[in-house]
Amino acid sequence: MSDPVTTQTGTPSGKGRRLKFHILRFNPQLPGDTPRMQTFEVEEQSGMTIFIALNEIRERQDPSLQFDFVCRAGICGSCGMVINGRPDLACRTLTAKFTDGEITLLPLPAFELIGDLSVNTGKFMREMSERIESWIHGEGSKECNYNILEERMDPDLAEAIYELDRCIECGCCISACGTKRMREDFLGAVGFMHVARFRLDTRDNRTDDDWYEIIGDDDGVFGCMSLMGCEDTCPKDLPHQTQIAFLRRKMVMVK
Amino acid sequence: MKVVYTDSLVIGAGLAGLRVAVASKMRGLDTLILSLIPAKRSHSAAAQGGMQASLGAAVKGEGDNEDVHFADTIKGSDWGCDQAVARMFTHVAPKAVRELAAWGVPWSRVRGGDHEVVINAQRVTIHEKEEAHGLIMARDFGGTKKWRTCYTSDGVGHTMLYAMDNKAIELDIPIHERMEAVALIHEGDRCNGAIVRNLVTGELVAYVAKATTIATGGYGRMYGVTTNAVIVEGMGAAITLETGKAPLGNMEAVQFHPTAIVPAGILMTEGCRGDGGVLRDVDGYRFMPDYEPEKKELASRDVVSRRMTEHMRKGKGVPSPYGDHLWLDITILGKEHIEKNLREVTEICRSFLGIDPVTDYIPVRPTQHYSMGGVCTNYTGESIGLRGLFAVGEAACWDLHGFNRLGGNSVAETVVSGMIVGEYVADYCEKSDVEISTHVIADIMNRERARIDELVARPSGENVYEIRSAMQKILMEKVGIFRTGDKLQEAFDELKELLRRSKNIGLHNRIRSSNPELVDALRVQRMLKLAITVTKGALLRTESRGAHTREDYPERNDRDWLKRTLAYWRNETDEEPEIDYQPLDIKKMELPPGFRGYGTDNTIHHPDTAARVEEIKKIKESMPNADRYEIQNALMPFELPAKYKEKNERIGVGTK
Ligand SMILES: Cc1cc2nc3c(=O)[nH]c(=O)nc-3n(C[C@H](O)[C@H](O)[C@H](O)COP(=O)(O)OP(=O)(O)OC[C@H]3O[C@@H](n4cnc5c(N)ncnc54)[C@H](O)[C@@H]3O)c2cc1C
Repeated sequence: MSDPVTTQTGTPSGKGRRLKFHILRFNPQLPGDTPRMQTFEVEEQSGMTIFIALNEIRERQDPSLQFDFVCRAGICGSCGMVINGRPDLACRTLTAKFTDGEITLLPLPAFELIGDLSVNTGKFMREMSERIESWIHGEGSKECNYNILEERMDPDLAEAIYELDRCIECGCCISACGTKRMREDFLGAVGFMHVARFRLDTRDNRTDDDWYEIIGDDDGVFGCMSLMGCEDTCPKDLPHQTQIAFLRRKMVMVK
Repeated sequence: MKVVYTDSLVIGAGLAGLRVAVASKMRGLDTLILSLIPAKRSHSAAAQGGMQASLGAAVKGEGDNEDVHFADTIKGSDWGCDQAVARMFTHVAPKAVRELAAWGVPWSRVRGGDHEVVINAQRVTIHEKEEAHGLIMARDFGGTKKWRTCYTSDGVGHTMLYAMDNKAIELDIPIHERMEAVALIHEGDRCNGAIVRNLVTGELVAYVAKATTIATGGYGRMYGVTTNAVIVEGMGAAITLETGKAPLGNMEAVQFHPTAIVPAGILMTEGCRGDGGVLRDVDGYRFMPDYEPEKKELASRDVVSRRMTEHMRKGKGVPSPYGDHLWLDITILGKEHIEKNLREVTEICRSFLGIDPVTDYIPVRPTQHYSMGGVCTNYTGESIGLRGLFAVGEAACWDLHGFNRLGGNSVAETVVSGMIVGEYVADYCEKSDVEISTHVIADIMNRERARIDELVARPSGENVYEIRSAMQKILMEKVGIFRTGDKLQEAFDELKELLRRSKNIGLHNRIRSSNPELVDALRVQRMLKLAITVTKGALLRTESRGAHTREDYPERNDRDWLKRTLAYWRNETDEEPEIDYQPLDIKKMELPPGFRGYGTDNTIHHPDTAARVEEIKKIKESMPNADRYEIQNALMPFELPAKYKEKNERIGVGTK
């Protein structure tokens, strides 16, 4: 084993590489502003993430640069952006991954642009939640007697629900979706994942007939062209294609 | 002037704010939430460990109830909390977990039968009761007598926040995102809403309400290294302080966690050390046994953090571009154990550090983690300085945690206080009207506009980011884990100087609409006020209690310091807050001050303690046939909204 004290994160000590960030700049709030690419150079440091680099650019070079981070730990889903052509979470992307030191950053397509790398995923996700009614439908949720023992649930079922509940609504799947590009109202993988989650949950009493009303058309599960963009880019490695295929089979059986 | 009216205005869309809004809406009130970001991205999502509630379904939770949870919480707080509040909390926590279960949280469940677990680094088999199969499971956590921490694998905050936000969506509660409250609207002794800046357009809007609830989370980002999200900057506390009327409580009570990774500051669970991991220094030397021969790496959180800092001060830290750190070594646990039992740790190390904990050491350092202080409220959650102003969650000093909060009690507090305070907020709205004149609103809005105008107009001046990082460095180095009078005084003077400089910030990007530099400039001026408040409280408090450790005053001093610090910022031109104290009355305590059980007992006792101990003994002896509820009620009656008064059922014991 190498000596862990001297080989911390792979980058040799001393001066790091000069990284080149090519970033889309556009502030719709500024009258007359037009989209353009701007390049910033940053000296790489060991363990540098795009989160660190972007903050350094903002603090030392251009304080007008807009981007969104919250947890910066890959948990909250705020920092989805297109990194060298691929939607991903910027906070947990190490710059060391890019061997030529050239990093192009674009805002996630398919969402309303707020400015530079910042997009309005919040509005999109709220509308998606309202559309699929992403809450437990059942008497238990309306009238809960919290003084008595809770309703039991099979431990395996609880784990299975959690596996589908891990979606962080980052929007990467929507940006990577070929169908979404052609059908504006296509629900998208994030919506299907939530549907699959509530469908599995025995506390929710919606039937497949009910789900058909929500996803039984070409803007729903029948529109998916199985291009796999969602599954390929999902930072949480959720089983999108399996769930979509499963929902499609169930919906075919409804009518 | 754009004005929005509502009954119940909630500032903050984390777990605490959402739950208050749900309570208001369910009571039929017009309700509106403001948030910097989409609700589901709030920092609450980051909690991984779990939520404490005494359900007692797991075999290692047998015998647990409100009383045991209460005692753990009081000891954890180092007797610094409000005991009546702790009683309200422990009584409602089981209801909160059950309610969340009904709303969709996929809590991990009890699996009847034999299981192999690691306890005290030993492999042992435990047997979960078949009768409990399918009920909500709990895990072990620091500072608790029982396994009481309910969890969903390693994503408790995420699943709770999603269920809660979904409930808010179901109830059609509007959440205005990318909106920042920058001032409270108040007149006389009454709060009536907030002035809010739209972070995209830059527009100022007045939100006028009957009741205003601060649920903005903690103030961890004042520190240079923190596990907290980047938006956890204490703005709710700051705008409360700026009213000059509503005080902040116990701001000097700041918790540090021993092991967060460097540089990102992301938390590495205590499980790493629990399972047998060790800490090493620049020479690869395991140093903890030299300091704590008995408990070594598994001494309590604050002790380990203190020892690590001490060792780095001796020059034994590992230098890095991001400052000194130490190593967490879990390589000795072996590949199988790490990849199976420390999956999250493995993932974080791989994606953030590009290292493999199976073969490499993990760079770690004690890191700011939790803010016990906040908007000082009474047990109903209402500010003690302004009527109609409420606070919940990490933003509040309700005061459940005193000087140290237990792991798992924080997400529990968000939801439980949301339920309880939510009812009191609704009561308040039902019996009050909006009584504020438009000129008062206009005055406050103009004051905020003037601040922005001044910043945007100034052609050159101090750099926002230099000031912010100077503040973060001062707090980290001088108001951190170890505190001394000298260093605190230095910090106090330096922070005041920074406050002066911050009044002369010059922006490079001088636009009013979406402008991150302007946002940071406005916030850093406010954060400095909080930083000075934290420092002054710490400087004056000449004792060590919970997370507040004074090297020059190592004793917990109940005689002189069993009291809550209150801070008021009377005038905008002041450079420091006025400090006052609110005594904690031992004569009313259910659990009089005692020994917490760490290190040696060097407490300087209060004269009332012995008398109260004696009195409690007598009360108990006088009621030989009473049940635990009757005894509790005789010792310290506490209030609750009617709907939460009923007893909690547990498997095997009913409501006994
Ligand atoms: C890494 C980590 C792990 C943790 N793990 C656990 C655990 O396992 N168990 C546990 O009990 N606790 C844990 N905690 C603590 C716990 O997660 C937090 O204390 C709790 O979630 C805070 O919730 P909150 O609702 O008070 O605030 P937050 O969730 O922080 O929400 C604050 C809200 O306020 C809004 N806001 C802030 N300022 C403004 C403003 N000026 N105007 C408008 N809106 C504003 C934000 O947009 C956000 O919606 C952990 C903390 C960290 C850092």
